[in-house]
Amino acid sequence: MTPRKKVYAAAGTYTISLGSGRKEFHPKKPRPGLEHYIQEAGQGVIAQISDPNVIDECVVSNFMAARFNRQGNLAALMPTIHPSLEFKPSTRVEGACGSGGLGVYTAMKSVLADVADCVLVVGTEVQNTVKAIYGADILAGAGHYASQRKAGHAYFFPAFFADRAGAAYEKYGFEKVRAAMTQWFVNAIEAARRCPQAQEYHNAAEDLYALGNAKPNPKAFADHINVFDCSKVSDGAAGLLICSEEGLAKAGIEKKDAALISGWGTSVADVTKLPEDPTSLATSRSAIEKAMAMAGIGVSELGFAEVHDCFSITGVLMTEATGLVPQGEGYEFVAQGETKPGGRLPMNLSGGLIGHGHYTGGTGVRQTVDVWKQLTGKAEDFQIDVAERSYGLVVSMGGNDKTVVALAMTQAD
Amino acid sequence: MDLAERYQDVGVIGAAGKMGSGIALLLTQELGLRKLSPDGREQSFKLTLMDVDDRALDGLKRYLRGQLRKFAEKNTVRLRELYADRADLVENAEIIQAFIDDALDVVRTTTDLGALSRNHMIFEAILENIDLKVKIYDQLAKQCGPETYFFTNTSSIPIGLLDEQAGLGGRIIGYHFYNPPAVQKLLELITSSKTRPDLIEAGKQIAADLKKKVIPANDVAGFIGNGHFIRDGLHGISEMQALRAEVGFAGAVYMINRITQDWLIRPMGIFQLIDYVGIDVFQCILGVMDRFIDDEKLHSDLIDTLMDKDVRGGQRSDGSQKSGFLRYEKGISAVYDLDRGDYVALDAVFTEPLDEKLGPLPEGYLPWRVLARDRAKDEKLAAYFANLAKSDTLGARLALRYLQRSKEIGEYLVRSGVAGTPQDVNGVLLNGFYHLYGPINDYV
Ligand SMILES: NC(=O)c1ccc[n+]([C@@H]2O[C@H](COP(=O)([O-])OP(=O)(O)OC[C@H]3O[C@@H](n4cnc5c(N)ncnc54)[C@H](O)[C@@H]3O)[C@@H](O)[C@H]2O)c1
Repeated sequence: MTPRKKVYAAAGTYTISLGSGRKEFHPKKPRPGLEHYIQEAGQGVIAQISDPNVIDECVVSNFMAARFNRQGNLAALMPTIHPSLEFKPSTRVEGACGSGGLGVYTAMKSVLADVADCVLVVGTEVQNTVKAIYGADILAGAGHYASQRKAGHAYFFPAFFADRAGAAYEKYGFEKVRAAMTQWFVNAIEAARRCPQAQEYHNAAEDLYALGNAKPNPKAFADHINVFDCSKVSDGAAGLLICSEEGLAKAGIEKKDAALISGWGTSVADVTKLPEDPTSLATSRSAIEKAMAMAGIGVSELGFAEVHDCFSITGVLMTEATGLVPQGEGYEFVAQGETKPGGRLPMNLSGGLIGHGHYTGGTGVRQTVDVWKQLTGKAEDFQIDVAERSYGLVVSMGGNDKTVVALAMTQAD
Repeated sequence: MDLAERYQDVGVIGAAGKMGSGIALLLTQELGLRKLSPDGREQSFKLTLMDVDDRALDGLKRYLRGQLRKFAEKNTVRLRELYADRADLVENAEIIQAFIDDALDVVRTTTDLGALSRNHMIFEAILENIDLKVKIYDQLAKQCGPETYFFTNTSSIPIGLLDEQAGLGGRIIGYHFYNPPAVQKLLELITSSKTRPDLIEAGKQIAADLKKKVIPANDVAGFIGNGHFIRDGLHGISEMQALRAEVGFAGAVYMINRITQDWLIRPMGIFQLIDYVGIDVFQCILGVMDRFIDDEKLHSDLIDTLMDKDVRGGQRSDGSQKSGFLRYEKGISAVYDLDRGDYVALDAVFTEPLDEKLGPLPEGYLPWRVLARDRAKDEKLAAYFANLAKSDTLGARLALRYLQRSKEIGEYLVRSGVAGTPQDVNGVLLNGFYHLYGPINDYV
């Protein structure tokens, strides 16, 4: 499939990712709520366009506000961003931690269907409202409650990915896999230190490698992985505009300030099943292949990527899901620093889910904003050299590799 | 009667107090878990919490509920396994609530000592008052079955004395938890010559079940912990009195408190520690020790004077620190001045001349909280104390004398048989007082 018209991302923004690690975060003090984040991100987008009235439609992506914040009907919170959004179409999209990617995809479909030229997308989650042990219950909704929750672990999702790490230890050897996971953590924190909105921006630990290598504590957390292998509990939101060519003009956005989404792929897999091969991300692979095929590119044309690293092992497996290295070789690839700035495929330049933070329903939007930033030269301290006609990849994943959206993006002009 | 059976009927006296409530919590957790074990499912468990203060018992239930939630939140991994067969409990939140409910179901509160007559084990943590404790044990001896075990949390009263006066026949053991019992790992296990061997074994097993580190002590008033602390405190008071003529009461308290915290690299200075324990408690333990230890004068006029002036330290019911030698407002804010009967603010005008008299800290000094986390702390301490010994400042001289006195006390506790080994003395100071080094060391 080739798209019949061009679709662009522009005017991206995100809030800080608030949670443990940020100096502003005090677990016992009141914090901004869902409304605040939706408004801050939405208004951040509007501030970059000439006229808010050009927004034809809204999409809000979120995973579990109904439980974290006891709030449903999020689509109807969008008019709190700006009065011009009153009586406009608005849709809430949910696909677990892949909600953000689905939000962008949903907005793109309105543009492609010729029913909108400018769609405002906001992705958010506010999840510090409950302690991690109760948050684990809520996030477990990304798996299959009826068949998996009762037998599942207290930390349901960490245990899923701990099983993947354990399978990788078995297959490829502990040392090799562990070295890659720890390096992934180190890269994530180093990248986050270059992005002021990142949750780990204030992280001043000296020996990150030693920290990331901490021994797992199965009694309190999970087998095979430690808490540093795990993305953070975060409050935050990201926003951007999805536009047609006409939409860019109406919003007063120059081509140089927009990114072209030239290929996309979305795939789901049966949430009631466990992965056939825990050492690969087959659904992500499928979505990435579709995105690159639609963009008409090979993996060598990727300049950088924003991948879903809910856990360090996920990040490592993502290197293989891109197709850049065969299965089993992602470990050395990461351990040798090939995913750092300057490596063969720099990944997660603002820290990824482990370093930047993971406001679950908003992360896919945040990832798209980060790729847009790199392509338009707006990434400031975490900007890398991006060659012309180079591509940035977004992989937004929900659940245990179940709901995936991949986007291949490049410069618009 | 085996221990498993004893666990089915346990009592706590003085359960609403500072120590009693912590002991009650530990036992509620333990019985709650036992109830979920394969054997426990067939059994019934009762934990009778007794206190004369009815209102405080209400507070105790609130405290237990809150703490059980924290415990369950930390142990959810295990609780999910224990509740694996309960199909109706799926989410962590449901499992945590179930454990809180199940554990609280074993608890009964009462103000009636008679309610404890069928208990197989009784933990006692009432006021440190010999007559009161004797009276209570007297009644318990009459009303309880002949196999009941008694665990007293006394800080200083000889176990043998309670045993004898109440006619317990060796069924009492000293079970000295540290404050707060639910957090502090140390437990001093005090046996008298009469304590029954089966009770000693049971005491060790229960300590293991409650995840406590046991250090044995002999039945000499004050035991190891207070045996060291009280004498260490008296040394601080006498050093303070010696400085008083020169710098005044408040100045001397400030200086000795600083010496014991900074120069000795301890978690808090000696006067802060006495305030934390309570000047009233200090006086009480001192009195008991003086009464039972013959060859040593254990007394302080100053402590009596402070009590007369109602300067008593200790904590409010919300856990905040009351004023004593020092006043606490966001840290130490002022020092008591006996000469004026009021507190003097700890501002630079007050502290600078005193700090100057003490001189600079020896080279290699690191604050306690930094060193506590340092893996090379032993080498760093040795280097620091070597510098301290060479240093010719007033501060260093006072600190050195303090170290010497602390060591003497430790060695005395071993020599007089209160502690079995120097390691036991050091172990109590390391685990119960969070010192980074034992009093019996090679630094002096
Ligand atoms: N506080 C400490 O740091 C500490 C440490 C170790 C040991 N201890 C020892 O623990 C014991 C209790 O000390 P605490 O600090 O918890 O005191 P506390 O004053 O906080 O508690 C004593 C409790 O006993 C209750 N009580 C008084 N008379 C009673 C009676 N006749 N029957 C039943 N209950 C009665 C009181 O109502 C109170 O709730 C003492 O023997 C003390 O020496 C205290």
